[in-house]
Amino acid sequence: MPALRIPTPLRAYTDGQSEVTVNGSNISDALTDLTAQYPALKPHLFNEGGELRPFVNLFVGENNIKDLQGVNTPINDGEKIMLIPSIAGGGDAA
Amino acid sequence: MLPELSRDEILRYSRHLLIPEVGLEGQRKLKNSSALIIGTGGLGSPVALYLAAAGIGRIGLVDYDTVDSSNLQRQVIHGTSTVGKLKVESARDKLLDLNPSIQVDVYNEPYTSENALRIARDYDIILDGTDNFPTRYLTNDVAVFLGKPNVYASIYRFDGQVSVFYAKEGPCYRCLFPEPPPPGLVPSCAEGGVLGVLPGTVGTIQATEALKVLLGIGEPLIGKLLLYNALDMSFDFVKLKKNPNCRVCGPNADIKELIDYEEFCGVPSHDHEEGSAGANWDITATELAERVGHNHLKLVDVREPHELQISALPNAVNIPLGQLAARLSELDSAEEMVLFCKSGSRSARGLELLASAGFKKVKNLKGGINAWAREVDKSLPIY
Repeated sequence: MPALRIPTPLRAYTDGQSEVTVNGSNISDALTDLTAQYPALKPHLFNEGGELRPFVNLFVGENNIKDLQGVNTPINDGEKIMLIPSIAGGGDAA
Repeated sequence: MLPELSRDEILRYSRHLLIPEVGLEGQRKLKNSSALIIGTGGLGSPVALYLAAAGIGRIGLVDYDTVDSSNLQRQVIHGTSTVGKLKVESARDKLLDLNPSIQVDVYNEPYTSENALRIARDYDIILDGTDNFPTRYLTNDVAVFLGKPNVYASIYRFDGQVSVFYAKEGPCYRCLFPEPPPPGLVPSCAEGGVLGVLPGTVGTIQATEALKVLLGIGEPLIGKLLLYNALDMSFDFVKLKKNPNCRVCGPNADIKELIDYEEFCGVPSHDHEEGSAGANWDITATELAERVGHNHLKLVDVREPHELQISALPNAVNIPLGQLAARLSELDSAEEMVLFCKSGSRSARGLELLASAGFKKVKNLKGGINAWAREVDKSLPIY
């Protein structure tokens, strides 16, 4: 089954898990399974209309799904899916 | 014409001169180069130190803050002896001690839409070491408009990201992140913490990329994003493509000049000292001290449980901000309550959440438990 890497800022919603094994043959199914396992993640990934939020970047292997077939991008067993978050830190804030 | 190296400089840079990819000509290129570093904090510290040591001829430093002792866990350009000094001056002194043959220009001002183009115009490369989304979008847009490479790095707890955003040759920051996350979704390092060595690792990679771009050697991270995790000790690379719909660097770009980045991101870029929910919603620590003990005043601590080991207020209930929405039923909207966190930012967001759920008798402790430690109970530590 494909493994989905969870970035640190979102691990608060996956019981601290850094990687979640998901079921599904495409990104859409994988995300449905992910948010079924961890419902608290849902508002962070999807807007009220059920669409992926624009700042959420998903990569299959080294390619952005936006450059592939979006949420219909197929995924294979053992393939690495990465959620890449916007982070702003530079360690400057007092 | 590239500048000549003096006898002293030849000795100083001899380990560079021995590398064929740098050599005498490369070192003269570096001497002829200029780099603008936005922020002299966690990332800016190693970036500035290594670029100065490498002999970049002119380095610009932008920061408006003063050195605080809580910076020193990671901001290694500063020191105990410079606590309280302006960061740009503390950093300049260190850089000129390390390498007196370079020029260091300091800009002791916030980097804003009003001054950014003027400041950045005369530099060859820009390094983004800021700590907030508005300044990151501003830094990106300035680099796109001026046609300069923007060496980007960002950190959070154990994670780092590095890329070279250079719209002439590849994607820009907005191609990857067209919009910032909604305010409050991604905590800052001041709220979420950061492993002190992380900006050291990530900042030195950032400096490496800048040197490669200036020397024209190797394969800079243009069109690639490095993702580093210190806990897993993992380095992953993903490909970034130019977004044809990018609003600043795409063929149909509609953003042609700098905008109001605080409005765009919905958060202030230059107010990280004391979180406030606005005058009508704030209560100061001193005011709260007069009210504590009142029968109907409930204290809600929205920090993470491990922070309670550092400091705590008696009789406060702990509901971490991330759980607040799911635990609203534990709170009574008829009851007066005060939300607090470390410095008032998270509790201000908690207050927004409660207000939108119809709570009217809620206040935010301005400046958080740190303000309480400063104004009321001096036995509590400040963190």
